[in-house]
Amino acid sequence: MFLTNVKRILRSGLMNFWRNSFVSLSSILIMSVTLLVIGCVIFTGVTLKASLAELEKKVDINVYFMDTAPESDVLEIKKSLEALPEVLAVEYISREQAIADFKERHKDDQLTLQALEELGKNPLGATLNIKAKEPSQYAGIDKFLSGDSVIYKNGVRVIDETNFNDNKTAIERLNKIMDSARKLGLVITLVLTLLSVLITFNTIRLTIFVSREEIQVMQLVGASYKFIRGPFVVCGVLYGLVAGVITLIIFYPVTFWVRDATADFFGTINLFDYYLANFSQMFFIVIGAGVLIGALSSYLAVRRYLRL
Amino acid sequence: MIYFDKVSKIYNANSIALKDVTVTIEHKEFVSIVGHSGAGKTTLLKMILAEERPTKGVVYFDSQNIHKLRPKMMNTIRRKIGTIFQDFKLLPNKTAFENIAFAMEVAGRPDEEISADVPHVLELVGLGNKMESFPGELSGGEKQRVAIARAIVNHPDIIMADEPTGNLDPVNAFEIIHILKKIHDLGTTVILTTHNKGVVDSVGKRVITMEDGKITRDDKHGKYSL
Repeated sequence: MFLTNVKRILRSGLMNFWRNSFVSLSSILIMSVTLLVIGCVIFTGVTLKASLAELEKKVDINVYFMDTAPESDVLEIKKSLEALPEVLAVEYISREQAIADFKERHKDDQLTLQALEELGKNPLGATLNIKAKEPSQYAGIDKFLSGDSVIYKNGVRVIDETNFNDNKTAIERLNKIMDSARKLGLVITLVLTLLSVLITFNTIRLTIFVSREEIQVMQLVGASYKFIRGPFVVCGVLYGLVAGVITLIIFYPVTFWVRDATADFFGTINLFDYYLANFSQMFFIVIGAGVLIGALSSYLAVRRYLRL
Repeated sequence: MIYFDKVSKIYNANSIALKDVTVTIEHKEFVSIVGHSGAGKTTLLKMILAEERPTKGVVYFDSQNIHKLRPKMMNTIRRKIGTIFQDFKLLPNKTAFENIAFAMEVAGRPDEEISADVPHVLELVGLGNKMESFPGELSGGEKQRVAIARAIVNHPDIIMADEPTGNLDPVNAFEIIHILKKIHDLGTTVILTTHNKGVVDSVGKRVITMEDGKITRDDKHGKYSL
């Protein structure tokens, strides 16, 4: 009996979906818009995250050593820096490397190279390039670097300068921007999702409002609540499925176009590749959201008229 | 079988649908309820289906208080009552066949029985050739016959017909009444509300007359008298 009922509910739902094709079509369109919004929210989040990560990567502290500083002292400081929990990586540029880089940069500038030649010795000091795990941790690293025990070794100054103070405002500003971007992103996500879900919910409620007399007749014939509600929920699930598939198809050319349009701007994230790489995840989110919204809206909307 | 015990339905001080109605309808009776519009006929029928709740009093169906039943029990009772309405109340997206099949599916009847009984009952009301038609493609008389077929297909104990001839021409009206009489002859209780004098007089059975929510006459073999 249970199987027969399930079969009857499924058949009836499919038939309603097909026979009320105009109503189905408009519900699917509205729901597709909702799912597009949800998908766009995901893509925006990914882009934002990638752009922020890219920006974060560009922030660092350089420590310039005196040209007299012995390499062993530099390496010792490097070691103690690496032991700090905030530090992600420390890159060591030796004096030799620095002069080689300098020559490479000015290889077309004969005058500079000549001046260097006449100097007779390497005027450049070694450099440490430090990256922190979080931008907010640079202040702590700078504090460590400004300690006298680090700047002076055996009474001799080894560190010439650190450029943290130059970057300080930029780093702090970036910190603030990223913090508010994250918060704003979250709020926009919630508001947009909520709005589009509400619109879909209302559309489905309208389609069921049209059927309210039908629901009444079904009750008068003695149909149980499940038997009345079932086909409407099946219809809602179908709206969600079809709208989900439409949305997934639309995202294909859209992400392709967005990739070309924003390649120069964001540079780092390729939405098209991201979409293809995470397709199964997107599939479950979009189709799942569609089916859930469709089924739940139908379930709640029919309940209003089940009160005989 | 159905017993109204001092039932009142009061919407507000100016709108009183039923006033202290006490009446019994016996098994296998054919009862016509007559009265002007607003006399309370339809409210009386809605009470039996538990579509309306009484403000005062109790409605019994087979000695059970209808308004105290759980939804599941109520559905079982509704399946024992076939209803026919003035505006037919067919499901517009289902064919004549499917409309009747729906009532059987609701009652949990197996598919084989449905595919055997539905054509049979449509033949019975003279619509054997309109099985695949949607309500929108049928005339008023034909729609009402589909509604009757739907009402009788589950072999109900009671047929309740609320102004079944209200939207029909005289010829169709008499055919519908003829079908109802046939159903009654086969042993089904029939409750009919109408304000069609010709219909009531042609039936020649018990007539209850209502006015302003009260029963003013109850004749065993009555005629339309208002």
